[in-house]
Amino acid sequence: MRFTKDHEWVEMEGDVAIVGITAYAAEQLGDVVFVETPEVGKTFKAGDGFAVVESVKAASDVYAPVSGEVLEANTALGDAPETVNAAPEAAGWFAKLKLANPAELEALMDRHAYEAYLDTL
Amino acid sequence: MSEKPLLTTPLHSAHLALRARMVPFAGYEMPVQYTEGVLKEHLWTRQHAGLFDVSHMGQAKLRGADPLAAFEAVTPGDFRGLKPGRQKYSLLLNGDGGVVDDLMAGRPDNDGLFVVVNGACKENDFQVMAKALAGQVTIERLENRALLALQGPEAAKVFTHYAPETAKMVFMDIRVMTVWGIDLIVSRSGYTGEDGFEISIPADMADDVWNILLSNHEVMPIGLGARDSLRLEAGLPLYGHDLDETVSPVEAGLTFAVNRNRREQANFPGAARVARELAQGPARSTVGLKVLEGAPAREGAEIADAAGAVIGVVTSGGFSPVLKQGIALGFVPPAHAAIGTPLKVIVRGKAQAAEVTATPFVPHRYVRKA
Repeated sequence: MRFTKDHEWVEMEGDVAIVGITAYAAEQLGDVVFVETPEVGKTFKAGDGFAVVESVKAASDVYAPVSGEVLEANTALGDAPETVNAAPEAAGWFAKLKLANPAELEALMDRHAYEAYLDTL
Repeated sequence: MSEKPLLTTPLHSAHLALRARMVPFAGYEMPVQYTEGVLKEHLWTRQHAGLFDVSHMGQAKLRGADPLAAFEAVTPGDFRGLKPGRQKYSLLLNGDGGVVDDLMAGRPDNDGLFVVVNGACKENDFQVMAKALAGQVTIERLENRALLALQGPEAAKVFTHYAPETAKMVFMDIRVMTVWGIDLIVSRSGYTGEDGFEISIPADMADDVWNILLSNHEVMPIGLGARDSLRLEAGLPLYGHDLDETVSPVEAGLTFAVNRNRREQANFPGAARVARELAQGPARSTVGLKVLEGAPAREGAEIADAAGAVIGVVTSGGFSPVLKQGIALGFVPPAHAAIGTPLKVIVRGKAQAAEVTATPFVPHRYVRKA
């Protein structure tokens, strides 16, 4: 699993990138009450807003950790947004992407580096 | 943004000890949530009792030869008719009938008028009052008092244990009393739609009262995040969002705060505008909206008619933890304000179905009979 400074994660499953938000991000957001996942077929550049996650209090953008095309969105979050809090780095995934530029992964942090980054916040 | 250092309330260290998430609000560093989070804090208050620190709000005593009569010069309420032991919700109005602030004013004793205004507005409010009422009242700011709100269906059970005399109080009663040897000003009111009390306490005793109330298993500390979602479900306006200096009492749906005798006397600021809007209808009306699909509509979201033409704007909105859907307050032309009118809210470019809904969204549970 790789991580961004904006608290998204990417995990490769074959050549498909599964993306979501980290446990830290879910904890900071509080109880998630609504998730807007991206449409299948849309393409995003790394850093583009590609989903929105809402708590009781506020809406927050989720940024694409890597560039690519949306192959599948986790539509189960529509009826069960609380999954983002319960399992942010597993069942609470947001979308699966076809990577446009696999080299982008190398620029992201591994878990050790991400945890060190969290310690600086 | 000014870089003025944030003020703190007498309960600041108590919030930190409870590991509250602190944010700037109304010039103070205030708890937006505690460890349970906004959603659980909200639901706890609806089911049990929540304790809020609202010491940022402005408390003052107005005294003079006839402070009740004097206060009618800046508000549309019947304060001459306000009986000892009662308080009123009212509006501080500008000369155009725009709302300078909304407030509570009451008679906890026979010593003048006790006024509580919004924290973010208090400096201006008391300047406006001092200027308009110069020579008629003196304004004593009660900056040495904290303010707590205990709200929820179990609030009365908790508080009457310590203060049995509050059992006889009904909604909008206000009394001075001595509890735990501490001089309190207690009103049966709040900002959640639930039964409960607002409790004014000498600042140096605030920690003690906070801890005693929190020692009850029914009581949980609640942050400003849930305070906002609770008041929205209760259909209560928030100054600076649903109310500002351009909004009239009629536009805001607060005509109840313009008492009939004051309407006839037409001697309050903006009386002409209020009379005209009551006769001809206002340019815009505040409505409640249920969002029937998609994301919650938040402040600033456009409101469109069924055909898609933009006709209004959301002034505050969010997710209702009780109804589990988006709810909002906003302005639309009166022709679109009837309950049940189908409308759209535009969220991130998407038009989502919404419907004009009676407020409160969640029924009030005020105790009106002892």
